[in-house]
Amino acid sequence: MPFAKQNDIRPKGFSLVDDLVPPANGASLQALYPDSRTLRVDSSALAMDSGATLSPLTIAYQTYGVLNAEKSNALLLCHALTGDQHVANLHPVTGRPGWWETMVGPGKPFDTDRFFVLCANVLGGCMGTTGPASLNPETGEPYGLDFPLVTIADMVRAQALLIDHLGIDTLFCVAGGSMGGMQVLQWAAAYPERVFAALPIATAARHSSQNIAFHEVGRQAIMADPDWRSGRYLTEHTRPSKGLAVARMAAHITYLSDSALHRRFGRNLQDRAARTFSFDADFQVESYLRHQGQIFVERFDPNTYLYLTRAMDYFDLAADFGGSLASAFKGSPTRFCVVSFTSDWLFPTSDSRAIVRALNAGAASVSFVEIETDRGHDAFLLDVPELIETTRGFIDAAARARGIA
Amino acid sequence: MTLSRILDARRVDLLRVMEMVAPGSRVLDVGCGDGELLRLLAEERNVDGRGIELSQQGVNDCVAKGLSVVQGDADADLADYPNDAFDYVILSQTLQATRQPRVVLENMLRIGRRAIVSVPNFGHWSVRVQLAFRGRMPVTEQLSYSWYDTPNIHFCTITDFIELAREVGAVIDKSVALDEGGAELSAIWPKWTWNLVGEQAIFLLHHQGRERAGEPAATGPARVSAEAAG
Repeated sequence: MPFAKQNDIRPKGFSLVDDLVPPANGASLQALYPDSRTLRVDSSALAMDSGATLSPLTIAYQTYGVLNAEKSNALLLCHALTGDQHVANLHPVTGRPGWWETMVGPGKPFDTDRFFVLCANVLGGCMGTTGPASLNPETGEPYGLDFPLVTIADMVRAQALLIDHLGIDTLFCVAGGSMGGMQVLQWAAAYPERVFAALPIATAARHSSQNIAFHEVGRQAIMADPDWRSGRYLTEHTRPSKGLAVARMAAHITYLSDSALHRRFGRNLQDRAARTFSFDADFQVESYLRHQGQIFVERFDPNTYLYLTRAMDYFDLAADFGGSLASAFKGSPTRFCVVSFTSDWLFPTSDSRAIVRALNAGAASVSFVEIETDRGHDAFLLDVPELIETTRGFIDAAARARGIA
Repeated sequence: MTLSRILDARRVDLLRVMEMVAPGSRVLDVGCGDGELLRLLAEERNVDGRGIELSQQGVNDCVAKGLSVVQGDADADLADYPNDAFDYVILSQTLQATRQPRVVLENMLRIGRRAIVSVPNFGHWSVRVQLAFRGRMPVTEQLSYSWYDTPNIHFCTITDFIELAREVGAVIDKSVALDEGGAELSAIWPKWTWNLVGEQAIFLLHHQGRERAGEPAATGPARVSAEAAG
């Protein structure tokens, strides 16, 4: 049994690589031995929307900056579908910079000199928080599809356990883009008194039919890979890399825009002077997508991809509040700043406006900015000056109101 | 920001608007620009202020000041606000740039218990002179655009606005006319002359269907409260 030696904290100089026979890779290693601090909750089971309960629960998280004595400067970042807790440090698998280094660091909008910034791998993730690649205590094998279905609300419940553990009563701010933005909205709706400021970016209060459709394409690509083995690939020592790569390629297109793709690649050929009259990757854009697929499978667990896309599909905040999104935010003490991007067709501005309308109807304090850019949905991860300045203004003003120097 | 800076900025009308707002009230400023008025209201009147602004730069400036401002415009977005959400809805020098001024005014009176509207007066004598004697569409210091590139697509005179207010069932609680320098027209100018000598006018209104009881009282200097005519 390759996964028998589970520990919550990766032991120094561990050498389980030999035990983890191929197809073990960075992703499956991090699921069991994350390069992060972990919180293990044994005392109480997490009650999930599906009706299932989860125990024990491990939450892997990263922190930056120092929690002040009043514990009033905690800034929780929520990561997106394929993100993780490594916001502003080198990624333990890829060695690449953190996914929000444009925003997090000394002197940056999420200023680590002033704020205690933290980010936890979401429930169902594969970077150390309990998910389908974690060991099922009942069998000693990876959960696979025995892992209960996760919702955005479940993710937030798990994060709340972490916040409780850290002794933080009220978060100064909860921020995130895309699926991270869904968690921000869920936080504000579920724990209004614990969220001083909320910054949902490029997100929606419910997943659209089109987005569910794209996710289904990705899931079917994974499940169609014979190496998926009905989700038991870790136990059977295979790996549905091709399926996951195709899922990533399809999704990646939705994160960009037509004009951004055209500007970057046009119809340029890849390392060749002429078409090859084959199905080789003649075009640069094909080569780019294949590369994106390949590097993704090195760091991500296929079953986690299934679970997290499902969590997004199920997200419909209004449905949890009698069909009225305004009810979700009624009388909210939280100050909101909603941000969208003009070229984001995955979470278009109309989705953000629906949130703003509901916040207004609920008499909440809300700012809304639609940022002009052709970089598509992924703009929230990129160096977009207007995003950085808007965030800085919102955070600084909120910090003044909160009495944080 | 000091009051003198507002004066320097030649937006003296903002001070007059501010005087109509009761302290501690909830205010929506439609077309709030860089948030000058909202900030003034927050500092001088302790209001809970919100804004709507079309330009991204304006919204960014507001957010950076800690103001709650939504990117949008009066025509499209007022419909989304619930009834009685605010004590005051303010539209400063913007009505003439909306596509549907009547709908905008109706929405303001629905969303707010009071509406405050300032309008440039197209009946001002200098405008009349340019049209009557030069035969040209007027270009003034305050209305500085040529006819072909002006964002001001629905000009009105003070008299026109008063008529619109009557049509939508609004009661004018206060009205103030300002001269070219932004100073309030003094007592030597009777109301019937405002439409000729007023560069702009500011109105405080409410819908006639609303109760007068319990309304917030403005604390600014006492003002003559009668409708302008002429």
